[in-house]
Amino acid sequence: MLTAAPALAGVLHWAVRLIGLLAAWALVGCATPQLAELEKNWPADLPAQVELKHVPFYAQDDFECGPASLAMAATAAGLTLRPEQLVEQVYLPGRKGSLQLEMLAAGRRQGLLAYPLAPRLDSVLREVAAGHPVIVFQNLSLPIYPVWHYAVVIGFERARQTLLLHSGRTEFLEMSLATFEHTWARGQHWSMVLLPPGELPATARPEVHATAAAALERVQPQAALLAYTRALQAWPTQRSALLGLGNVAYTLGQAEQAIHAYRRATQVQPDFADAWNNLAHVLLEQGRVREAQQAIEPALNLGGPRLASYADLAQKIKAADERAVSAP
Amino acid sequence: MKSIQRLVAALLIISMSLTGFPLTAQAAIVPTDEIIATDVLVAQRERVTAFFVRDDVSQALQARGVSPQAAADRVKAMSDAEVSQLAGRIDQAPAGGDVIEVLFLVFIILLVTDIMGLTKVFPFTRSTR
Repeated sequence: MLTAAPALAGVLHWAVRLIGLLAAWALVGCATPQLAELEKNWPADLPAQVELKHVPFYAQDDFECGPASLAMAATAAGLTLRPEQLVEQVYLPGRKGSLQLEMLAAGRRQGLLAYPLAPRLDSVLREVAAGHPVIVFQNLSLPIYPVWHYAVVIGFERARQTLLLHSGRTEFLEMSLATFEHTWARGQHWSMVLLPPGELPATARPEVHATAAAALERVQPQAALLAYTRALQAWPTQRSALLGLGNVAYTLGQAEQAIHAYRRATQVQPDFADAWNNLAHVLLEQGRVREAQQAIEPALNLGGPRLASYADLAQKIKAADERAVSAP
Repeated sequence: MKSIQRLVAALLIISMSLTGFPLTAQAAIVPTDEIIATDVLVAQRERVTAFFVRDDVSQALQARGVSPQAAADRVKAMSDAEVSQLAGRIDQAPAGGDVIEVLFLVFIILLVTDIMGLTKVFPFTRSTR
């Protein structure tokens, strides 16, 4: 008994410190403002309970929650993908994890629209209600000893205040919304959806969608075509989508389609200097010098940050015109 | 020898600093993401400005002695450095990992905070809230 006393004292000492620490933590860390707002004011268009049945579950290997979450969301979006196929694209062995930016990029490489959601709990719930599984980024631990984690939200229940996730090695993990908000807030409320490019997120905002679609264009122009077309249905005057349709056609070597798309862009937005410039560029390449000359004129008049480049194109068109005139 | 080194260094400095400035603009197709950069900045600015003119925000500002106009002016004076900032943050951006990398030292703390519903490290805990 005598030998056990110091050990017991040690345990007691730690227990006291632990309680103090927890008390301090409880004072600062208990607020879940987003949940409180939802409780007070549950949006009328949000159902009380959702469970997405079409999202498959892939248990993660060590540390590979990123690839597993992506594969689940991508499969739900209609692809057939296994986590192993994504490890090389997102997993950083040195960090034992995946970066958020790479999660978005890897989604695009599959030809899907990777859309980061606004940092709001109701955005997550709205997407789930629309049938879109949401990849969320959590710190399951405390900021002093972070345990970063990706999981896929596949449902929620208002009455019991719970969220349903495919997380780690657990299928249909039920987590209280309060706990979720705590762990999610420590990851800066980051979340994303992965959708077929022709589909619009339920919470889509035009400028965020424009960025997502343009990023998709870099790696998968064909997929971006669908995203731009869908964007124009929702926002018929969106400049980036108008220009993007032309740019994709141009990248794919379809000059006629590109000309058609740029012309449409200049009709919808007559003060869109970049569209006039791109139209003139393709027309010149097609040897339609006169039309190119007509198209570059408005760009020069409108000006803007890329005026110097329009002027250079105007010079080239002029040179081509003079060559055509002086030729016998 | 020294003077040659100096000459090389000077030339290098000049050429390196020139690489930052395009001397002539080339005629080209304007890529989609280039116009988005402008669009997004405009939208962000609009959102920030709209935030400051909201009733509750402007009242809170005034209570702290800041006029909403001064706040709006500050937003106007901010630079478009968002993108470069983001690039700098990539390295610090947290990487998602797994629970299995076990936390022996803080095991008990986390167990208790789990039960309180503040964390969710252990699959077997059930939060009391």
